[in-house]
Amino acid sequence: MADSMSAAIPAVAQPRSSSLQKLARRRSSIAFLMTLPLICVILGLVVYPAGYAIYLSMLSRRMDEFVGLTQYDILIENDTFWLVVFQSCFFAVTAVIAKAAIGFWLAHMLHHIPTKGQRKWRGMLLVPWVIPPALSTLGWWWMYDPTYSSLNWILAIFAVPAVPWLGEPWWARVSVIIVNVWYGAPFFMIMYLAALKSVPEQLYEAAAIDGASSWQRLRYITLPMMQNIISITVLFSLIVTFANYDIVRVLTNGGPRDLTHLFATYAFQVGILSGNIPRGAAVSLFMLPLLAIFAFFILRGVNQRNKEMM
Amino acid sequence: MANVSLRNLVKEYDGGVQAVKGINLDIQDHEFVVLVGPSGCGKTTTLRMIAGLEEITKGEVDIGGNVVNDVPPRDRDIAMVFQNYALYPHMSVYENMAFGLTLRKFARSEIDKRVKNAARILDIEPLLERKPKALSGGQRQRVAMGRAIVRDPKVFLFDEPLSNLDAKLRVQMRTEIKKVHQTVRTTTVYVTHDQVEAMTLADRVVVMNHGIIEQVGPPQELYHNPATRFVAGFIGSPAMNFLHARVENDAVHLTDGTVLPIPESRRARYANAVGKPLLFGIRPEHLTDHRPHLPGRADLIITPEVIEPMGMETMVHFHLGDARDCCARFEPTVHVEPNVPITLTVDMNNMHLLDEATGKVL
Amino acid sequence: MQAATMGRRSGSLRAERRWALWTAYVSLIIACVIFLMPPVYMLITSLKTNAEMANLQGNPWIVLNPTLEHYRAIVENPLFLTFFWNSIKVTVVTVILSMVISVLAAFALARMRFWGSQWLATGVFLTYLVPDTLLFIPLYQIVGGLGLLNNTWGLVLVYPTLTVPFCTWIMIGYFASIPKELDEAALIDGASWPQMLIKIFIPVALPGIIAATIFAFTVSWAAFVYPTAFITTPDQMPLTIGVVSTLVRGDTFAWGQIMAGALLAALPPVIVYAFLMDYYIAGLTAGATKG
Repeated sequence: MADSMSAAIPAVAQPRSSSLQKLARRRSSIAFLMTLPLICVILGLVVYPAGYAIYLSMLSRRMDEFVGLTQYDILIENDTFWLVVFQSCFFAVTAVIAKAAIGFWLAHMLHHIPTKGQRKWRGMLLVPWVIPPALSTLGWWWMYDPTYSSLNWILAIFAVPAVPWLGEPWWARVSVIIVNVWYGAPFFMIMYLAALKSVPEQLYEAAAIDGASSWQRLRYITLPMMQNIISITVLFSLIVTFANYDIVRVLTNGGPRDLTHLFATYAFQVGILSGNIPRGAAVSLFMLPLLAIFAFFILRGVNQRNKEMM
Repeated sequence: MANVSLRNLVKEYDGGVQAVKGINLDIQDHEFVVLVGPSGCGKTTTLRMIAGLEEITKGEVDIGGNVVNDVPPRDRDIAMVFQNYALYPHMSVYENMAFGLTLRKFARSEIDKRVKNAARILDIEPLLERKPKALSGGQRQRVAMGRAIVRDPKVFLFDEPLSNLDAKLRVQMRTEIKKVHQTVRTTTVYVTHDQVEAMTLADRVVVMNHGIIEQVGPPQELYHNPATRFVAGFIGSPAMNFLHARVENDAVHLTDGTVLPIPESRRARYANAVGKPLLFGIRPEHLTDHRPHLPGRADLIITPEVIEPMGMETMVHFHLGDARDCCARFEPTVHVEPNVPITLTVDMNNMHLLDEATGKVL
Repeated sequence: MQAATMGRRSGSLRAERRWALWTAYVSLIIACVIFLMPPVYMLITSLKTNAEMANLQGNPWIVLNPTLEHYRAIVENPLFLTFFWNSIKVTVVTVILSMVISVLAAFALARMRFWGSQWLATGVFLTYLVPDTLLFIPLYQIVGGLGLLNNTWGLVLVYPTLTVPFCTWIMIGYFASIPKELDEAALIDGASWPQMLIKIFIPVALPGIIAATIFAFTVSWAAFVYPTAFITTPDQMPLTIGVVSTLVRGDTFAWGQIMAGALLAALPPVIVYAFLMDYYIAGLTAGATKG
């Protein structure tokens, strides 16, 4: 409305700079209004809860008393908690390495076959990522079932003795990792395939003419060109895997003997199921420093990538 | 339709870089003005200030008698054709052309009439239902122009509209644009870095460099009477040859001792230049094969180094004075061979002398 | 010497290539078998009769007498239908909410530079990196304080933390890839900011919108932490937690129903994926390649 007015009335000797500023200011207030819901989500559902979590973690169990860092002290002295720390790190690192390796291998293989068939294969290989993990883990649980284990039945064909999948602590850990790798490897594959496709074909041709073997082409062209996306994907997956909840909750629920608990499931157990909210908050907050470090490196990688793309 | 005036127009970016350093220009109603210059000379910034896409730091833009500095682009009654066409990819050709009218709430019958009319002028009637993706470069260019024509605005603005086309299509579209302007007669400001485009299209050419206007004038005027060294070198292809020189005894003395007598008609003009460090400028077309009957000629014997037959003419490159690469334009019928000396005629009536210190043409 | 190696190489070039192709296909086949094994086994189980499942003698990977009784039982189970309805309700509202929030914000962030816009964009990305398991305890308290515990609307309130940051992030990428001249042309054509968003940006970035919508849909459908924490009674449960917590009762012979329920629950995202695979993958990779 105001715009059409100013067109109808020729701007005579108005104080120009001020009305220009007004225009710019109006644009930024529209922009601010448009981002307001987003800001509300970030402030109300992320920033405020984060601060609130810190406050909660400093209360006593009945939440009527401020006890400072006592909850953290108790956790540090607790053997189960250290098992959780170990298991979370072990789980995240092993699973991410396996996912990255399998994803890279499959992406490479997909990239090698004729383009016509790629779509079909890609479609099938991405299925694990599409099914909600809580539901597909149910299927794994049933495959691991000691009496009816269909996995052991397959192993028996190759004369491998029956594996106590979820009964023994180490086998339970391995079982959880297998499910996570199964679920997450397709994601890595898709990311790496996209990255592989973005490497210009001429680079490989130039390298081939320069006499590079296929291994050297991988080492000196593919990997450096993909370095950035590999590190972003790995760091991102470290965060997600480290904070995983669904798989352990469905498969082992922390057992046997609390040996497969991750931060998330343990926090859930302590905070929601046992009703010790402050201690649960403290458990999940222990994730924060590691996550912050990962996030820092991801952000750096993304920014670098942005600069390179410009 | 309207005239456009730029008054002391300045554009300064954050950090104090001045892209446009205070230019003045009056564009008449119906006139076709081309802003030309090398990249970074401020021509596109100037156009975008006229369009309202770029804020004006200082000075005024006046369209049809109104200062429009604070008027948003949509109320300036202008239409613009972009280098990459900027066609809306999700709309058909018809919808693309109708979009501006629809937003302005024109009656459907009026929109239809105008779009059909523009399509007829541009010869794109069979394409109206297609999406931009299904069009060739030249067709997209026409649609972009159609989008401007239907609006019947006060001013057309063109921002390097032909740069994305291949050489052949560019020549064809150039003619097309001129034809359209002769039909609709809308005031037009056209930006290009291509001096041939500027010369062929413009009623008046504005040569810009480093954010200032070097010279304004009709194409022929710029060609024959360039005001500065920049204009002399920028207009014309291949570019004018420049050689260091002095004037003594009514003759141009080049650094290698060559003496070229100045024709009688020009002697008075160069009387003040005696003794100063000068540049002698001569276009390749005024360095020709031997023409014994040309008035005001000077003959030289040169040794061709490289010969480029172009069909309708032959370009001959050689050393002269302190110029490592001097270029002459020979008739294709004349036999020239590298390293075989040949006589060449300098058309001294078309020579230029420039003050080396100021770059001004004398 | 030189000539000999040259000769051998060129002679084996074709063989080498064929060998590489074989490796590729063998790897892909093995991967496909492993990747598809769990869902296939779930399907096999869901088609078996209880008697056949209890039989430990036979091959667990084949069905002798396929039956749909488990599917019939699960579809006739009113509880299961409640779960389905709850999932649909929560997901649809979340998707609409997320898309409105993120498209508006992404447009402003991609095109209208304003004070703090750079910081906000970084903030969006950082919140995307915050996992849901980090903040479910304070959110439990907050949702409880609002009286929305054990209520599907409580889920609608917190699900945007899962969807909005990533959707905004990829929409910024898609909007930023629209050439600047397009909005300048629209400005000159007389479009206002809202018109530019609705008539130009949304249609042109439609693939991005579809990708973001698919993402929001799959994430809300699969959400697990929040419902397990906030929902306690079956009548408010969405599918994921419903299937996992109420159908699993340690009763051996319910496996057929559990698998049938899990497969039906997984069906909507799988269907979306099957029909819109390219958008799905574009959305997946957009986060890293565009941003």
